[in-house]
Amino acid sequence: MKRLSRYRRHRAAGPFLLVVALLAIGTTFNVASATVAQSPNSFARTSAIEEGRQIFLKGCSSCHGLNAEGGAIAPSLIGVGAASVDFQVGTGRMPMADMSTQAMRKAPVYNAEETAALAAYVASLAPGPAIPTDAVLNYERDGSTAEGGELFRNNCAMCHNFAGQGGALTQGKYAPTLMGVEPKYIYEALITGPQSMPVFSDKTITPAEKLSLIKWIKSAENEPNLGGATMGRIGPVTEGLLAWVLGIGLLIGIAVWLTTKAR
Amino acid sequence: MTTAEKRLGNAANFVDERIGAAGWVKKSLNKVFPDHWSFMLGEVCMYSFVILLLSGTFLTLWFDPSQRDVIYEGVYEPLKGIKMSAAYASTLDISFEVRGGLLMRQIHHWAANIFMAAIVAHLLRVFFTGAFRKPREFNWILGILLLTLGFVEGLFGYSLPDDLLSGTGLRITSAIIQAIPLVGTYISFFLFGGAFPGVGFLPRIFTLHVLLIPGAFLAVITIHVMLVWYQKHTQFPGPGRTEKNVVGHPILPVYMAKAGGFFFIVFGVIAFLSAVASINPIWLYGPYTPGQISAGSQPDWYMGWLDGLVRMAPPWETHAFGHTVSWNILIPALIVPGILFTGMAFYPFIESWITGDKREHHLLDRPRNVPNRTALGVMSITFVIVALINGGNDILATNFHLSINQIMWFSRIGIFVLPPLAFVITKRLCLSLQRADRDLVLHGLETGRLVRMPSGEFVEIHEPISPQKRFVLTSHEQAPALELSATDARGVKRPGAIKNKVRARLSKAHAVGLPKVTSEDLKEIEHH
Amino acid sequence: MQDPGPAPHVMRNADIDPKAEKRAEQQVAILFGLSGVSSLLLIYSYVFIASDVFVFIPVMGSQNVQQLGLGLGMSFSLLFLGLGAIHWAKKLMPETEVINHRHEFRSSDEDRDELVKTVKHAAAEVKLGRRSLIKRSLGFSLGLFALPPVLLLRDLGPLPKKQLETTNWKAGTRLVTDPGNRPILASDLEVGAVVQTLPEMPDETERLLSDIAKDPVLLIRIRAEEFQLSPEKLAMTHDGIIAFSKICSHMGCAVALYEQTTKHLLCPCHQSTFDVTRGAKVIFGPAARPLPQLDITVDEEGYLIARAPFNESVGPSYWERNSQ
Repeated sequence: MKRLSRYRRHRAAGPFLLVVALLAIGTTFNVASATVAQSPNSFARTSAIEEGRQIFLKGCSSCHGLNAEGGAIAPSLIGVGAASVDFQVGTGRMPMADMSTQAMRKAPVYNAEETAALAAYVASLAPGPAIPTDAVLNYERDGSTAEGGELFRNNCAMCHNFAGQGGALTQGKYAPTLMGVEPKYIYEALITGPQSMPVFSDKTITPAEKLSLIKWIKSAENEPNLGGATMGRIGPVTEGLLAWVLGIGLLIGIAVWLTTKAR
Repeated sequence: MTTAEKRLGNAANFVDERIGAAGWVKKSLNKVFPDHWSFMLGEVCMYSFVILLLSGTFLTLWFDPSQRDVIYEGVYEPLKGIKMSAAYASTLDISFEVRGGLLMRQIHHWAANIFMAAIVAHLLRVFFTGAFRKPREFNWILGILLLTLGFVEGLFGYSLPDDLLSGTGLRITSAIIQAIPLVGTYISFFLFGGAFPGVGFLPRIFTLHVLLIPGAFLAVITIHVMLVWYQKHTQFPGPGRTEKNVVGHPILPVYMAKAGGFFFIVFGVIAFLSAVASINPIWLYGPYTPGQISAGSQPDWYMGWLDGLVRMAPPWETHAFGHTVSWNILIPALIVPGILFTGMAFYPFIESWITGDKREHHLLDRPRNVPNRTALGVMSITFVIVALINGGNDILATNFHLSINQIMWFSRIGIFVLPPLAFVITKRLCLSLQRADRDLVLHGLETGRLVRMPSGEFVEIHEPISPQKRFVLTSHEQAPALELSATDARGVKRPGAIKNKVRARLSKAHAVGLPKVTSEDLKEIEHH
Repeated sequence: MQDPGPAPHVMRNADIDPKAEKRAEQQVAILFGLSGVSSLLLIYSYVFIASDVFVFIPVMGSQNVQQLGLGLGMSFSLLFLGLGAIHWAKKLMPETEVINHRHEFRSSDEDRDELVKTVKHAAAEVKLGRRSLIKRSLGFSLGLFALPPVLLLRDLGPLPKKQLETTNWKAGTRLVTDPGNRPILASDLEVGAVVQTLPEMPDETERLLSDIAKDPVLLIRIRAEEFQLSPEKLAMTHDGIIAFSKICSHMGCAVALYEQTTKHLLCPCHQSTFDVTRGAKVIFGPAARPLPQLDITVDEEGYLIARAPFNESVGPSYWERNSQ
């Protein structure tokens, strides 16, 4: 106890306690929000559509309306198609954790089966883009990396940065990183235009071109760091920082050693 | 005499009989250089310039500065079959097909970043210690010239590979040129050889980048260093050091070994950075075409503050009589930097006008002892940092989950509020540091040892500081403010009364400081 | 305060202890030796390591072994050489400080007087004041001699003429995808879609970079009822499809960053933000003018075409631009 009270007067005690408190609050919040997600669903499985409707009524209708007609805070889902549902729910963006700026990628709330059911239900409301099958997504065979690069720089780099690392949009919104995103979700995002992202129709960017895009993104993702650590592949800002901190820092350190008298 | 000595003697004799160098060389070898880490910053600049010359020459052996179209057929798979300029293709070849080519490219680019950083650090050292004062004003101006040359040389350098990022930079450069009233459009068409991006810009800036500007650099650096040599280096105040002498190590052997060794250290540190950290990965940016753009397009750091100023500029344009004047470009990109650099170049004369001090100075100031100048310096740094932050606002926004609009508004307000605030805080800090110095001289060092007096009170024991230290803390001079009365002896107003009033005001602000400890003060304390 | 003179000189270990001296000598030798070994590493990497060998290093990721070997070899050979030299100087070379005296830079009064006299004498001998014919003609020649070098630079480039005012968009020019060069049906675009387009070039005409610097157009489809445009501007749209020049009216970057939800266009260079529903009106940032809007319609086959060229210059401002 005595030892503890000594630490209490330590200079770093305040900041330390603050960090501990913040961590504790964060963990509690995480656990609490996770338990909501794990509520088990067991109901009669009449059909995938019916199952999807049930999930929808429980988990989505409070925002999107009982018939997916949309509401004050959420858009209508009629005609968005299975692809849209698969993207939003499969990447964990929906259900949304907080309504502030935009839905973030996180661990999905529903498992693959439930997601498929939801997608089937929403697709049954009105025709919309379907989930691409694995046969369609054979980008290794059907895509061309170089062509994909051209398409990427014309259509994607302005938001997602030259190497797909993501970038800033207005008012705190952002284009997320494309690194580590499954080909299926990239494809779905292109045809459905989630949130701020516009739609890239099959007529203006053909399915074959979309596969090239995916192939280029995957090639950028797997490219070794030629020339050394990349510092995020976000351009000259981190390079300038490193030049000052490590470069000038090291040199000043050595200059100090150089000019002090030896013992 | 050994044979080696004999041979050396013969060679020296051969040279001396023809150009009579012995006297001059002997004198030069006796030159003395004072030791301080901050005096090495200028050397970092010079050494990184040499490294730039060496690595740059290596790159020219393969680089093709042409804008002619080629189809890339090299080893880098993701760009195979893409149409690009020969400049970009040859940069890819240097990176992937010349062994050590990528290393050299990275050495060249890191050296450029460190060159500019070292120039700025060196400039700050000279400014804060007052090393620019008479008789060194010429060298200060030459330094500003070198910094300006560095901006241009750097911009041209990173533009040469013709990748998407540098092309975007050139697009902005051409817009700045076009914004110049009357002649801008013509200058832009002439420089680029037509409408942007033109056909001739890269080969032209290549010649400037590898011949003209390095030549100018070499000439100015030579004069800069020769003046240091001739005028002898400044030194920090200390025991045994006066305005009339310079104390340090002689050229041979200590300074030579240290400075020579330091060249290899600078080269080594730059090579180390180039080995472990990638810089300007042009193969990821892709070739330049004006219809494409990447999120987070930034210039190199030394141009970042200009870009930040352009970003925060208000959307002002004047449209009149069929002409357009783009204040949103002219003010942040040309007028403000123009004023800043002119003011910086003339600062030595401005300060000497304010203080009325026309004497030579070879002993440096400790920044705290000249609060006004130090505060002005910190104020300028704050200005540039706010601009620099705004220059990277999109990168900050993505990495720290902020909004670019917030950062922009922070900078728009901050650029006016923070620099004056920094001025006031720095001035206060300087004065309290002076107070700390004063306490140290008067009462000595706090030891942390407590002693109980017979009366029962606790007293901390103070250890007196060494006479040398005491001398350092009290040897600075404190010139009084200028006395400039607005009227002459007969009460008649003098010409230029307002100018004198301003000057007196500034002089008074400049002379602010705590009275330093005199030997009388100390004697009095000893009596207690 | 009296100058107490320099603090008493303290001898270094190596000055008084032969063992320390020997040790310092060995340390210097080791540093120099390491430098040599590093150079060998460089040579080995250059000759024996293939350029396609990679190794995973924590923090740095997958690294090219040859590049790393060359770089580290070079940097260590330089660093150890420098460290060795400095260590040698610090430990073993004489460290006594030397004092030089400064001289005043001002020349002596005699020298100055003599110089003034020489210059005055020379000036008097030239008698320029009395030879006004020479003086004027010299002024004439000096005034003109600087001109030719400037004039000779004239052929660096063509005159601007109408180049900044014109683009390749003409009445009836089809919009084609970039890249791909495919014409676009109005029905190809769903609500929320965006397409990067260029004007279709007549056969065999090569598209130059200077064309791409002013021709790109961004095609956006929103719900037609969301437009808040003047009747003339609304007439320039087609069925909710609106076309803007992609070249920023501020500094010419590609304003391609479109947010589907807010219908805002953002320029990644300087963050000028344009509102698509209000005809690309500037709502944030340094740009002073909206993006020029292209008048579009469809041809008989249903492909999107320009109804007229741009009615103002695209891209950044310049002195001759008539922006009224």
